[in-house]
Amino acid sequence: MKKTFPDAAAALEGLLFDGMTICAGGFGLCGIPERLIDAIRDSGVKGLTVVSNNAGIDNEGLGKLLRTRQIAKMISSYVGENKEFERQYLAGELQVEFCPQGTLAERCRAGGAGIPGFYTKTGVGTQVAEGKEEKVFDGETYILERGIRADLSIIKGWKADEAGNLVFRKTARNFNQPMATAGKVCVAEVEEIVPIGSLDPDGIHLPSIYVKRMIVGAPYEKKIEFRTVRTREAA
Amino acid sequence: MAWDRNQMAARAAKELRDGYYVNLGIGIPTLVANNIPEGMEVTLQSENGMLGIGPFPYDDEVDPDLINAGKQTISELASSSYFGSEQSFAMIRGGHIDLTVLGAMEVSQDGDIANWMIPGKMVKGMGGAMDLVAGVKKIIVVMEHNSKSGDPKFIPECLLPLTGKNVVDMIVTDLAVFQRPDHQSPFRLIELAPGVSAEEVAQKTTARYES
Repeated sequence: MKKTFPDAAAALEGLLFDGMTICAGGFGLCGIPERLIDAIRDSGVKGLTVVSNNAGIDNEGLGKLLRTRQIAKMISSYVGENKEFERQYLAGELQVEFCPQGTLAERCRAGGAGIPGFYTKTGVGTQVAEGKEEKVFDGETYILERGIRADLSIIKGWKADEAGNLVFRKTARNFNQPMATAGKVCVAEVEEIVPIGSLDPDGIHLPSIYVKRMIVGAPYEKKIEFRTVRTREAA
Repeated sequence: MAWDRNQMAARAAKELRDGYYVNLGIGIPTLVANNIPEGMEVTLQSENGMLGIGPFPYDDEVDPDLINAGKQTISELASSSYFGSEQSFAMIRGGHIDLTVLGAMEVSQDGDIANWMIPGKMVKGMGGAMDLVAGVKKIIVVMEHNSKSGDPKFIPECLLPLTGKNVVDMIVTDLAVFQRPDHQSPFRLIELAPGVSAEEVAQKTTARYES
């Protein structure tokens, strides 16, 4: 079965519907599936619940789907650096569920691994614990968090082989790994698709079973949120 | 003379030990990285999936795929490793990180910490702060002793929504250091910034502590 599609719109064909839940990889603007986000915007699908650590920034990443009001609800850990998000949220147009970052990663990992819930210490005694079951293990209190299953996962990788085995690059891996497993279908965009046999089987970050469809999204501009540098001392 | 931001970070850095794996929060805590004692091996963790954070890159080595949790560009070390967010927080929540240094808006005398939201203001989210205070072995808070309007920040009970309950082990402010040996004991004033008196600290603190 051929997993490679000519472009993002083709790779998403038949997968999008109003009111669906989408898990999106990326941290800030690092490792975000930008071609797939553009194609979702162009499809006009709406009422989306999007599970993503961040919500992009104005006009970048998921910020594009906020601008077009296609997102009804975000499940995120941190949403700073986004004016349009702030406006919609304060106006009550956008629902937001804040979830601690580690809990969010684990909810997606668990969901993808067939685990419907798990207990964690994170958030005990805070607003996050409100309405959640508490249980004491070995004298410590834990809360029950639910695994997340989504209709679709969209992720960004570095290289894939034609079978769909995928490797990430540096900190662009982040949420792409757990998000890939949480969707019924995962569509990946990568910088390069290489022939089977060119990736070391011992070095695969995401096994092919999770990747159902993929595209080459290159060339990428790769935006930087905060460029911080040091200067070389004069020789 | 109260401690400045870098001196507060330097004081927190005295808690580092050889071989420690450490997560540093944004703001003053980041400055702890500049104060690691010579010859001591300390590995810094970045929540977005990296162990072994290197210094800021040279201008021609900036890589958009290599950032820290504050979304700043960084560099890697020969000993660095990368992993996904689920692995990153497994090591945080599983108690494998030795120490975290965080900023705070309020800390209570029972070790509660509030540092993620102010009701009525725009909520940005807790990021990884709740996971860090719940999972890391030792929690150090570095913060100004009083707010800009002069209100104490080390107080009997937090007024802001909590990030974690009964989790803080040490507080470093611009005036003093408070510590407690375990989560059942009260904080004790263990150190004063040069020229700061115990009376001044008492005057500017509403939390109960031993001195």
